[in-house]
Amino acid sequence: MPSYIALSYWDLAVASVLVLIDAALSIIFGLRIHRSLLVAAIRMTVQLALVGLVLTFLFAVVSPLWTGLAALGMILFAGLEVTQRQERRLSGWWSYGLGTGCMMISSVVVTVFALLTALQPTPWYDPRYAIPLLGMILGNCMTGIALGLHTLTASLVSRRASVEAQLMLGATRWDAAAPVTREALRSALMPTINSMSATGLVSLPGMMTGQILGGVPPAEAVKYQILVMFLIAGGTGLGAVAAVLGGVLRVTDGRHRLRLDRISAAKPT
Amino acid sequence: MLQVRDLSTSILKRASFTLSAGECIAVTGSSGAGKTLLLRAIADLDPNDGVASLDGRDRSTIAAPEWRRLVGYVPAEPGWWAETVGEHFREWQAAFAYLRKLGFSEGTRTWPIARMSTGERLRLALIRALMVQPKVLLLDEPTAALDAASEAAVESLISCRLEAGVAVLWITHDEAQANRIAHRRLVVEAGRVYESTEECPAT
Repeated sequence: MPSYIALSYWDLAVASVLVLIDAALSIIFGLRIHRSLLVAAIRMTVQLALVGLVLTFLFAVVSPLWTGLAALGMILFAGLEVTQRQERRLSGWWSYGLGTGCMMISSVVVTVFALLTALQPTPWYDPRYAIPLLGMILGNCMTGIALGLHTLTASLVSRRASVEAQLMLGATRWDAAAPVTREALRSALMPTINSMSATGLVSLPGMMTGQILGGVPPAEAVKYQILVMFLIAGGTGLGAVAAVLGGVLRVTDGRHRLRLDRISAAKPT
Repeated sequence: MLQVRDLSTSILKRASFTLSAGECIAVTGSSGAGKTLLLRAIADLDPNDGVASLDGRDRSTIAAPEWRRLVGYVPAEPGWWAETVGEHFREWQAAFAYLRKLGFSEGTRTWPIARMSTGERLRLALIRALMVQPKVLLLDEPTAALDAASEAAVESLISCRLEAGVAVLWITHDEAQANRIAHRRLVVEAGRVYESTEECPAT
């Protein structure tokens, strides 16, 4: 007998009434969000149901090929999300390629690091460990890289005169862009720092809560959570530095010019 | 000293001219004709084609930061990367020798840039560029927002640099100023650059 309380479909149906109440409130107050609310709730249900099927399959076959493919799919979706969160994007393939590439490198490196050092499952790529870990690291990496690139491009456009003023006096592109680079890196890492300091006091992290509901003793769940937080901090830092420095490299050129023509115009809002 | 041959950008048509040591050329032409783009192209701040060389050294053989220390550009709307005036000068004492000539006091050092007027910022940016000791100065309307006294002070400061052998390219809309300071004229019209003694080349 499992140490957790299994849910029936009837339990979920009862809980879904809460979303219907939200929709009713939207109609009563004329918020006009009931449609998107219901669509989002249905999407969430379908997506998670599919993920459940995929994970069941992955855990059953424990194949490096299928695990790798699942990981690749997650990274490519995260890349789309990063692109969509930019108000001003890099032109051409860079807008998708830079964020996705940096996310892929940093999240894979950090996940493999955890699998080979702390967790050591057999086989090391066991999807039961690899996929949830990658998912958590990727999700935070995505936020960090999206924020970093967003701040970088927006600041370079708004502070063009101050960056060019240094170039005109003979500064290299790295020196001239340093204030903006620092700002972009700070904003990329801020959410990670904030979430580390608030964790436990303000919020109980989802993964830890999940493990506790699943019957894991709290002290063990906490250790897992601390490990995950360190991995997230490492992955986000690595990914954000790579993406922001790559971004600086892209919006300047070998003659140390600021190339704002390589940033697309602001999205109409 | 400065040689420009067939310099062009997406907007600028192939421009060629030479500038000798101690010489000042006034660059005139209506707004939007491409005067600023010409100066930016010489400073290599925008992608451009053509050849520029200084004392026989081809620009493409010189790293861009070094080129811009040799060929200093002062824009019409200079940028600032720190809060106070002093932070924009590496050696304040040396800079202050110039700043005093343009009417600034020692206390200026701690003033926030945000409090400076347009005219004050233009003069600060000019000194900031002079501190790098460029051989060529590219000035984009350096006296546009100045009163008569400050304008005279800037002109005499640049005259001193000219006598010291610095070459100057000076954008101005002021006919009288162009006559006072410049030895020759370049006219920019719809992206074409020519000496004012020449006829405007046919389109």
